[in-house]
Amino acid sequence: MKFSIERAVLLKAIAQAQSVVERRNTIPILANVLIEAEGDGVQFRATDLDIEVVDKAPAMVEKAGATTVSAVTLHEIVRKLPDGAQVQLSDDVAAGRLTVEAGRSNFQLATLPKEDFPVMASSEYGANFSADAPTLRRLFDKSKFAISTEETRYYLNGVYMHVATGEDGQALRCVATDGHRLARVDAPLPEGAETMPGVIVPRKTVGELRKLLDDDEAKIAVSVSETKVRFATPEITLTSKVIDGTFPDYTRVIPTGNTKKLEVDAAEFAKAVDLVSTVSSERSRAVKLSLDEDRLVLSVNSPDSGAGTAELAVAYGDEHLEIGFNAKYLTEIASQVDRENAVFMFNSAGDPTLMREGSDTSALYVVMPMRV
Amino acid sequence: MPALCRDCLTTFETGARCPACRSPRVLAHPELFSLSIAHMDCDAFYASVEKRDNPELAAKPVIIGGGRRGVVSTACYIARIKGVRSAMPMFQALKLCPEAVVVKPRMEVYVEVSRQIRALMEELTPSIEPLSLDEAFMDLTGTARLHGHPPAVMLAKLVKRMKSELGVTGSIGLSHNKFLAKIASDLDKPQGFSVIGAAETEDFLRDKPVRMIWGVGQAFQASLESAGIRTFADLRRWEQKELAARFGSSGARLWHLARGQDKRRVSRDSGLKSISNETTFFEDTASADILDGHIWRLSEKVSARAKAKELSGRTVTLKLKTAKFKLLTRRTTLREPTQIADRIYRTARDLFDHAGHDGPFRLIGVGLSDLAPEAAADLSGDLLDPDAGKRAEAERATDTIRARFGKDAILKGRALR
Repeated sequence: MKFSIERAVLLKAIAQAQSVVERRNTIPILANVLIEAEGDGVQFRATDLDIEVVDKAPAMVEKAGATTVSAVTLHEIVRKLPDGAQVQLSDDVAAGRLTVEAGRSNFQLATLPKEDFPVMASSEYGANFSADAPTLRRLFDKSKFAISTEETRYYLNGVYMHVATGEDGQALRCVATDGHRLARVDAPLPEGAETMPGVIVPRKTVGELRKLLDDDEAKIAVSVSETKVRFATPEITLTSKVIDGTFPDYTRVIPTGNTKKLEVDAAEFAKAVDLVSTVSSERSRAVKLSLDEDRLVLSVNSPDSGAGTAELAVAYGDEHLEIGFNAKYLTEIASQVDRENAVFMFNSAGDPTLMREGSDTSALYVVMPMRV
Repeated sequence: MPALCRDCLTTFETGARCPACRSPRVLAHPELFSLSIAHMDCDAFYASVEKRDNPELAAKPVIIGGGRRGVVSTACYIARIKGVRSAMPMFQALKLCPEAVVVKPRMEVYVEVSRQIRALMEELTPSIEPLSLDEAFMDLTGTARLHGHPPAVMLAKLVKRMKSELGVTGSIGLSHNKFLAKIASDLDKPQGFSVIGAAETEDFLRDKPVRMIWGVGQAFQASLESAGIRTFADLRRWEQKELAARFGSSGARLWHLARGQDKRRVSRDSGLKSISNETTFFEDTASADILDGHIWRLSEKVSARAKAKELSGRTVTLKLKTAKFKLLTRRTTLREPTQIADRIYRTARDLFDHAGHDGPFRLIGVGLSDLAPEAAADLSGDLLDPDAGKRAEAERATDTIRARFGKDAILKGRALR
């Protein structure tokens, strides 16, 4: 195998590969990236056995072939090479070495045989559709904060992507929850997605997927089967196993009878919560909301470190209410609101609270109160 | 020499009998009124409580413990005469003392009595370090002016009140540090009061065996003996460096203890890092139903102890020992600390389901660690388990009923498995 490639192109391709590779793993080949050169391009493949990413890049291939080399080392080298450099990679199968040359630098990297590299078994995808990058970006960005890290409820360690009936008809819906808060985000159902089975996309996959979604013009080809999900751009294909579990019936968690309505500027609200919670040194900082007509007082009272209050002018017309929340959950939820006011719907101090972005019905959040 | 009557608490200057009440229970020691670190240890605590609540047991040997494969948790002094000791296997205890009455422990009652004793101690000093339900260190330094009496008098008063108000007796060790106070409380049991002064410390320790040191168990004792160390005098012949080199950090500690030096403070929190309970089965089992019952009962015990100590914990640990003595531990950290038996049980049960071993097991244990005050516990609900709040309320109501009518007044079906 022998090819030469532009440094910037190589860096981009290898960056995605090395982020999939597990830093700590006991199987040496999993630390490597599989490089395959053929025709007028090179393909970089990396996997942690749950996620596989394949990145194609144009290159001048002198001699077709394939080998595997440490993804992290290769990435580090390429990253430190000067911009604009032309990089030449060639392997010596007998010596088990990959030579990387750029300008006057020369590296010999240990390789492992390409035959040992695990390639993810292909899947029958029952649904194939195309979605805009901004649509997917919104679905996952707004839901991922609520993904659980709790290992015992492993089926919450991802975003549940499925077809649902939203307030404006059929929708592609993403839901995540950790039992303390829940995010539900809808997008119009793309053509071809109707038959899609509901899948739980793991946290790490959500993170990797995000890197494909920066380009506003990009169209993402999405394929879904019962066990796998695939997101592809012309250059990058990200395939991931989905979490083998049943996502709980979240619909019964969403309160429908909350009538006490608070409307507040989301940014101001988040700032005030952050401000008052500064006095608390506890791990889970509790903030109390005291609501009276058009007036919200946020207060924190920590027996060890002190107390603080902040007042906000809001729209509220119901009876007096006091309710406590984990400050972090409140700021995270409020920061999901981009343009409009945050609209909170309360019931009592012990019941889940609902939040929406203005009159937008496509995103909805639930947060559990805390005793204060 | 300053002296104190343990019956009427009169203080006086030397004499075999109290000048006021003529009692012979006189405590005299040159440093009696200057020492302030104490260790209080109840005498056969569980057994005393049982005898108090059931006067028929008063003159009989009583053993607290359960099951044939179980061990003795406490033996009353009558049973001890026959050679019964704590931690002894039950069958052996019954061989030594076949007429003994075996009583199943009633933890809730002991917890309650322990709370009452704690309340009495709180009147002496805020600086209390409980080691278990029935023993605690107390630092009474600087309390003489507040109470109008030196620590020794207040401690004598404490055990007197424990006996008259709660019906349990205890022994006091008074010295200048925790290590010696703990040794002292054991010197003159039951209903003892022993003093080890600073001046006599070295003489006192010289010929005592090193196994007196808390933390020197059988294994450590054996390795000390192989180095020719049996008594404190043997220990004192070693250089600090040599001890540290041979026995590591515990060696360095030994050097200080050999000289009766112990700088550890009496502190409320340092004692407790985790709360756990375990049980060894009558016969090894792989039955999920039986194990589930055990997980529930253990979770309830752990929860009861956490509640008694006003504590909660963030990490739940499940311990399993297989029939082949392989030890498995599984743990998980919760979002917020808990003291609710239901939450501990559900978490432990989940760990059990994912333990990756089908048994059979000979032992199972449930533990709670990463402890936090109870005020921080169970503050938020779980969206996906809306009934959790109701179950927690039911549990608190159950606790109230049990506090009034006894442990068995109300039970969960799964406790009977």
